[in-house]
Amino acid sequence: MNTVERLILMANQIATNLATDDAPIAAVADHIQQFWDPRMKQLIFAHGTDGLSPVAAAAIGRLADAQNGA
Amino acid sequence: MTYQPQKDFGTPESRSNEAISLTIDGRNVTVPAGTSVMRAAAEQGTSIPKLCATDSVKSYGSCRLCLVEIDGRKGTPASCTTPVEPGMVVHTQTPHLAKLRKGVMELYISDHPLDCLTCAANGDCELQDQAGAVGLRDVRYDVQATHLGQEKDHSNPYFDFDPSKCIACSRCIRACDEVQGTLALTMEGRGWDSKISAGFASDNFMGSECVSCGACVQACPTATLVEKKVVEVGTPERSVVTTCAYCGVGCTFRAEMRGEQLVRMVPYKDGKANRGHSCVKGRFAWGYAQHQERILKPMIRASISDPWREVEWDEAFAYTASELKRISAKYGRNALGGITSSRCTNEETFLVQKLVRAGFGNNNVDTCARVCHSPTGYGLKTTFGTSAGTQDFDSVEDSDVILIIGANPTDGHPVFASRMKRRLRGQDGRPGAKLIVIDPRRTDIVRSPHIEAQHHLPLRPGTNVAVLSAMAHVIVTEGLTDEAFIRERCDWDEYSHWAEFVSQARNSPENLQPVTLVDAEELRAAARLYATGGNGAIYYGLGVTEHSQGSSTVMAIANLAMATGNIGRRGVGVNPLRGQNNVQGACDMGSFPHELAGYRHISDGDARRLFEDDWGVTLDPEPGLRIPSMLDAAVDGVFKALYCQGEDILQSDPNTAHVSAGLAAMECVIVHDLFLNETANYAHIFLPGSTFLEKNGTFTNAERRIQPVRKVMTPLNGLEDWEVTQRLAQAMGLDWNYSHPSEIMDEIARLTPTFAGVSFSRLDEAGSLQWPVTADAPEGSPIMHVDGFVRGKGKFVVTDYVPTDEKTGPRFPLLLTTGRILSQYNVGAQTRRTENVAWHPEDLLEIHPVDAEDRGLKSGDWVKLASRAGETTLRATVTDRVAPGVVYTTFHHAVTQANVVTTDFSDWATNCPEYKVTAVQISASNGPTEWQEEYEALSTRSRRVEAGIPAE
Repeated sequence: MNTVERLILMANQIATNLATDDAPIAAVADHIQQFWDPRMKQLIFAHGTDGLSPVAAAAIGRLADAQNGA
Repeated sequence: MTYQPQKDFGTPESRSNEAISLTIDGRNVTVPAGTSVMRAAAEQGTSIPKLCATDSVKSYGSCRLCLVEIDGRKGTPASCTTPVEPGMVVHTQTPHLAKLRKGVMELYISDHPLDCLTCAANGDCELQDQAGAVGLRDVRYDVQATHLGQEKDHSNPYFDFDPSKCIACSRCIRACDEVQGTLALTMEGRGWDSKISAGFASDNFMGSECVSCGACVQACPTATLVEKKVVEVGTPERSVVTTCAYCGVGCTFRAEMRGEQLVRMVPYKDGKANRGHSCVKGRFAWGYAQHQERILKPMIRASISDPWREVEWDEAFAYTASELKRISAKYGRNALGGITSSRCTNEETFLVQKLVRAGFGNNNVDTCARVCHSPTGYGLKTTFGTSAGTQDFDSVEDSDVILIIGANPTDGHPVFASRMKRRLRGQDGRPGAKLIVIDPRRTDIVRSPHIEAQHHLPLRPGTNVAVLSAMAHVIVTEGLTDEAFIRERCDWDEYSHWAEFVSQARNSPENLQPVTLVDAEELRAAARLYATGGNGAIYYGLGVTEHSQGSSTVMAIANLAMATGNIGRRGVGVNPLRGQNNVQGACDMGSFPHELAGYRHISDGDARRLFEDDWGVTLDPEPGLRIPSMLDAAVDGVFKALYCQGEDILQSDPNTAHVSAGLAAMECVIVHDLFLNETANYAHIFLPGSTFLEKNGTFTNAERRIQPVRKVMTPLNGLEDWEVTQRLAQAMGLDWNYSHPSEIMDEIARLTPTFAGVSFSRLDEAGSLQWPVTADAPEGSPIMHVDGFVRGKGKFVVTDYVPTDEKTGPRFPLLLTTGRILSQYNVGAQTRRTENVAWHPEDLLEIHPVDAEDRGLKSGDWVKLASRAGETTLRATVTDRVAPGVVYTTFHHAVTQANVVTTDFSDWATNCPEYKVTAVQISASNGPTEWQEEYEALSTRSRRVEAGIPAE
């Protein structure tokens, strides 16, 4: 498993475990923001949404947008 | 200080609040009701002769030496079994008593070898003392038959048993029963034939159920049970109180010394974590400190294929700093990182994370708690507001129901297990607490002498969350919650959301039984008992955290405790049993890449500014890399240098092949340790470490108790570990000038609100302090969340069961779970270098008889243990302690390297590895695996030292 594959697995795992949160996308985004180092975030932003669950993809998209000032 | 044993009051302390006044030898004394006359006398400084009494066990009244006279009473009652009464007038020294005592002593001495001058206990023998105290001058008996000349039992590696010196006082038996709770010893025969026996008459100590805790040796009033070290070197001449460096119980010991030589470690009766008890590791297994394989000189090499070259400290620091600077300049500051150790002191850990944040200029610092209790940090902070257990160890005395999940305290936390067992057995007419054990294995505490769990739920590994959801389902749907507590202390909306979730039919025990393999009725009964049985206390270990849902399980536990009102007072709570001695402290000290000391997120500008102002640097507001992410980044070629203090990640972390690939990809691996450990096979710089006996500092145990570690001998390597880190920081240009670890603690206290009232002088005064130690709680906080949760309202979190991605299948049909054993500690670097190998010389694979038969295996056979990650070989032991489909082993031996087979799967929130669930296959084997052969060759190559002197 390479690093990006591992990050996809981690993001999906976080999304699955936060699925019962009131606002799962925000919860996943917050978790990744709080615990992933900048390079991990950049790698998953650059990767796109392939292999990501809808909630994980939306959360990562939201973080990427925030970083890009969108 | 001249050597003095700790004062022995003869009988245990009474907890009564009622005060009783009496007169002893003309002096008034006031003591709690229930105190014995013997103890009352001892408390006023009067020493009544005694032999069968000692204050660690209940009075027995057999030796007839402690007789006293009491006005208005006939005869001469034994002072150890006579409770004080108001107005009682006691005489401890009268001519009549003197005559009686002398007669008793004469009989004892008539059957005791008169070899005092050459006896190991000479000068430290109660029989000798009492003979002197009663004025015995001769023995009139013409002795025809004696117990002298019996064969000694030398079988235990740490102590001898000489039955010829035994006075049959049974203190050892009672210590084994009451203090340790193993009940290994007995009195064989009656009257003249009475003889202490370990187990059956055919057993010696080593062959018996004795766990070598040392309680019997400590209780023995003669040299019948005596430490081999005392026999070898003589009695100590001074003592220093310090803290054990093994598990998270954090026992206080007296290091008893002759000069700079450690003679023995004796558990300290005033130690608040251990209350005078010990286990085989802390009491005896400290020989590694002087082991011949210790590395005492720094060593460097350009490549791991080169032999090591010994250098002086100055060269080592200059070279290390130049390498770190070179790599930072070439690859950027984020290419560097560090790992702090849960085996090192708070002060040392604090300095390593400070070096990384302030010196390396990033937050790439992590700690071995990553692979054990990081989910505790996440789970308890989320639900309660702080990352720590809620109780002190004494709290268990008030528990009515004890729920143990994913912990094996008799092996992992033996001294606390003895406290727990004492409560489970009941005492003085008070019935014992009820016990629920949730564990795939039938651990020893499930059924042991006088203890039997009311409910053992042998769940399928990986289904903790499902079991806890089912328990919550029962508690909520059967109306067993504590609504008043929840309404007052917790967020009601969050509770309602959670209650609605767990009430769903899919979370019922019956529905989840096919998943968990736990009988639904048994689970219902366990849930009812926990909710309604009185004070319910949960104790958990790595069987909770080391799963893909480790953090969820911790939160599910917290949910249960809040729902039943079992938080905020003695006897209840949520209690993580920490693995290593300073896991709690390492976490407190800001060892995680996202947190500063005191669990404040690195993105918190106010907290960061506090450190920036104090340290005169700018800190990176982004979290750094966790250990597994460091290894990923290394394999990717962007992480190049690691300072690893007191950890052996190659042996302890999962998926050894991935760890070794990460380490091999780095240009500068600095190992700071006692020995050339497995990680050092991939190291370029070795900085020799110091043992806990050679340095000052503090450890923080599982109950948040900050305890002093005191230097009792000069470091063999020349420097304490904090000095090594400081010298490295100075070589990198940092202006650090600590002259003593107390100054580091002052800095910690200045920057960490929960440590605000902590200092070495306060610790010296109090003995120990449990954080938070603040202006509001200057004496510390034994129980947390008393008037409300740290976060305000307790937070219920919905924890839905998510099956792990690690699946069994035709190729890997069994589930492996790993753990540890009493006599060994973690990766075994310390305990393998002691006589403890006598109990556990190799890792063994436990396999159920059905699974063994299917594969044609029997106990003692070599087997191949294979997973999707790798394979190793070890010997099997066939046992029904594990369920069919489950196998178990330990990870103490580098030869086995159980982590070759564990996978990269980890906890969703913290990346704590999923050690407890690996799909494996077991088959017969006739030799080591390819990995084992290659690794052995690598180790031999890597441990060469220039000039042909082997380092190990």
